[in-house]
Amino acid sequence: MSPTGWAWACLLCPLVGTILIGLTWRLLPSRIHGILGTVAIFAAFVCAVGAFIGLEDRNEDRRQLVSVAWNYANTVGIDAKLAILVDPLSVFMMLVVSGVSALIHLYSVGYMASDRGYTRFFAYLNFFVFSMLLLVEAGNFFFLIVGWAFVGAASYLLISFWFRRTTATQAGIKAFVINVVGDVGLVLGTFFVFRGVGTLDFLAAFSQVGDAFSKNDPSLVAGCLLLLVGAFAKSAQVPLHTWLPDAMEGPTPVSALIHAATMVTAGVYLIARMHPLFEQAPTAASVGAILGCVTLLVAATIALVVTDLKRVIAYSTMSQIGYMVMGVSSFAYAGGLFHLMTHAFFKALLFMAAGSVIAAMANVQNLDRMSGFRKAMPFTFACMLVGGLALSGIPPFAGFWSKDEVLALLIDRGGGFVVLAVLGYVGALMTAIYTFRMIFRAFYNEPNEEARELMETGHVHHAEPVNPMTGELEDTDVGFPGPEHHIAEQTGSMRLAMGALAVLATVGGLLQIPDVSSALHDFLAPTFADSSYYDDLEPSESLSWAGLAVGMLLGLLGIFIAYRLWVADRERPARIRQQLAPAYRFFVHKWYFDEAIDFLVVRPFAWFGRFARNTFERVVVNGAIVGGAAGAVRAGSAAVRAVQTGYVRYYAALLLLGLAALGLYFLISAS
Amino acid sequence: MSVEWYLVVSAIVFSIGMSGVIVRRNPLVILLCLELMLNAGNLALVAFARMHGNQDGQIFALIVMVVAACEVAIGLGLIVALYRRRLPIDVDELRELQG
Repeated sequence: MSPTGWAWACLLCPLVGTILIGLTWRLLPSRIHGILGTVAIFAAFVCAVGAFIGLEDRNEDRRQLVSVAWNYANTVGIDAKLAILVDPLSVFMMLVVSGVSALIHLYSVGYMASDRGYTRFFAYLNFFVFSMLLLVEAGNFFFLIVGWAFVGAASYLLISFWFRRTTATQAGIKAFVINVVGDVGLVLGTFFVFRGVGTLDFLAAFSQVGDAFSKNDPSLVAGCLLLLVGAFAKSAQVPLHTWLPDAMEGPTPVSALIHAATMVTAGVYLIARMHPLFEQAPTAASVGAILGCVTLLVAATIALVVTDLKRVIAYSTMSQIGYMVMGVSSFAYAGGLFHLMTHAFFKALLFMAAGSVIAAMANVQNLDRMSGFRKAMPFTFACMLVGGLALSGIPPFAGFWSKDEVLALLIDRGGGFVVLAVLGYVGALMTAIYTFRMIFRAFYNEPNEEARELMETGHVHHAEPVNPMTGELEDTDVGFPGPEHHIAEQTGSMRLAMGALAVLATVGGLLQIPDVSSALHDFLAPTFADSSYYDDLEPSESLSWAGLAVGMLLGLLGIFIAYRLWVADRERPARIRQQLAPAYRFFVHKWYFDEAIDFLVVRPFAWFGRFARNTFERVVVNGAIVGGAAGAVRAGSAAVRAVQTGYVRYYAALLLLGLAALGLYFLISAS
Repeated sequence: MSVEWYLVVSAIVFSIGMSGVIVRRNPLVILLCLELMLNAGNLALVAFARMHGNQDGQIFALIVMVVAACEVAIGLGLIVALYRRRLPIDVDELRELQG
């Protein structure tokens, strides 16, 4: 089968999965649906591997394949086709998305086992994977936008999966609204590009962009900035990031799949895919790089003070995506995409481990309540440690190689990008501190009540289910988390998934080692053949290794600081909090982004809505337009009604008068 | 005799019929007055036919007579129906269709 055939099969597997689960939810027991969904995604992964092998067999210069299933519309100027583009970049994304998704499905089989919405969960999850694959395989803007919107919808469905939790439904709405802002940005950006190049097809558009636009053409810059709005909303970058921490209301596998490994990296993919446009509009690309850098610092500072286990990882995700956005916007594509891949491994792993801890805590997510789980859950601890070391950039784990490659490429570009790289190293230090703050607080020190119980009796205490955000008591019926909590130590499928990811997070970085291997760089080269930076940006050996050494030292320093603060001298954090009270307050309130957006956007809109309802609707619409039309008709009909007396003789007289008038008129006009 | 005389007679007859339709309240009389108006028209048509020296106007007059016969049949039928249902024979009393 050709690579495009495999790619179509890869796209179909999750679609068939979601339809089958949707149609047979009454007929089959729910366990089977879990297996069905997982098998579908594994099949998709196999197909992606097939596409990969098929692509590797072809010549370097013939690795960009387009396959059109059918034309929707091929009229003047518009070529809307159901077309997929199979090239190294999309195959790379297919492999990452389907591979990580398959493992997360496997994890969900155990994690969601006692949830009453088990079947629905797998139908949504399969739908999400289908949408994400559609997004990365799309061969034109048209299908990119379709996939983009599908992914947003799937994210909404999964965030508000526990739909009886008000907090979850609100978080879902927030995510959806911000994602729609991004969709609008993407569509408008597409219009700008389309107006210049006159085609929606990726390859055709990219080949014409040099002729259609001059360097830094204002309309192309505007289009690229609008594409960035789309990318930033999806990838939770400042200032469209506020939905991601709230999205942690969804079940933990969802956080691992959508809000760490796959969906939120769609923005990075978009920028990498649109690289010919961004290289023609370097101003827009620089804006992207700067905002990525701002995001990575903002998110890292917030992650230092957040006490919710999953939200720490969520802010960490934002911060790491900041690195990727900064990388691909600075034209360090291989570095950014390499970090995307390793991040998918270790962040999914961290979320899975966090899910296991949360299960052991009976849905409590507060770090203040956790301690000493190391002995109670050695497997979870080992996975968390591997993920944490990879995130902090400690060799030989995956994050070490990828993050430092991004930063080395930035330094190599010189100029202002060096500043960004230095700030990236500052972020790396904070990354290590907040990661190990989380690990030390949850796993070290004296075991708490739950950890002791787990050690002594071997099973978790199922406390009364409460909403971790509001503390309200909850049902365990459908639309709420299930009554049982499944922790990784005791569930085979969860152990399997986490084990596989832990291995990947350990060895995934070996794909790209300066001067030893550049497998990913070489594999992606055909996609970026038209880039003027791809091969020129080549940090020297000494620069790369110096960067790696600095990264490692900062990581170790961060771990050491975290150890001093949260294990050795545990009174210290409170003292520091008091000394730096204003900064602490600022970070705890998440830099007041929610308040600022509330003040700048939500309230004016709400005021405008109230004005429209109370004033405009009542006075103009109801009073003037509707009331005026009704009044005119009523007055007119009253006048006409007065003529209708019912006297036949009166009608006859009127008729004759009219005829006489008509006759007179003709007589006068004839003379 | 010039055509004006015929037209004057026609106009006089038409006016008599018209004032009868407007003034009288008995449907039978109104029907008669309508016939007067139709026949005034017929007279004018025949007079013009003579003036032009062809038969078109006379054919029209014949058709008007046919229509008038039909009208009388319906009108009388209505009046008989009014009698049968013991309704007042007065057009001013029959004004349910007022607006």
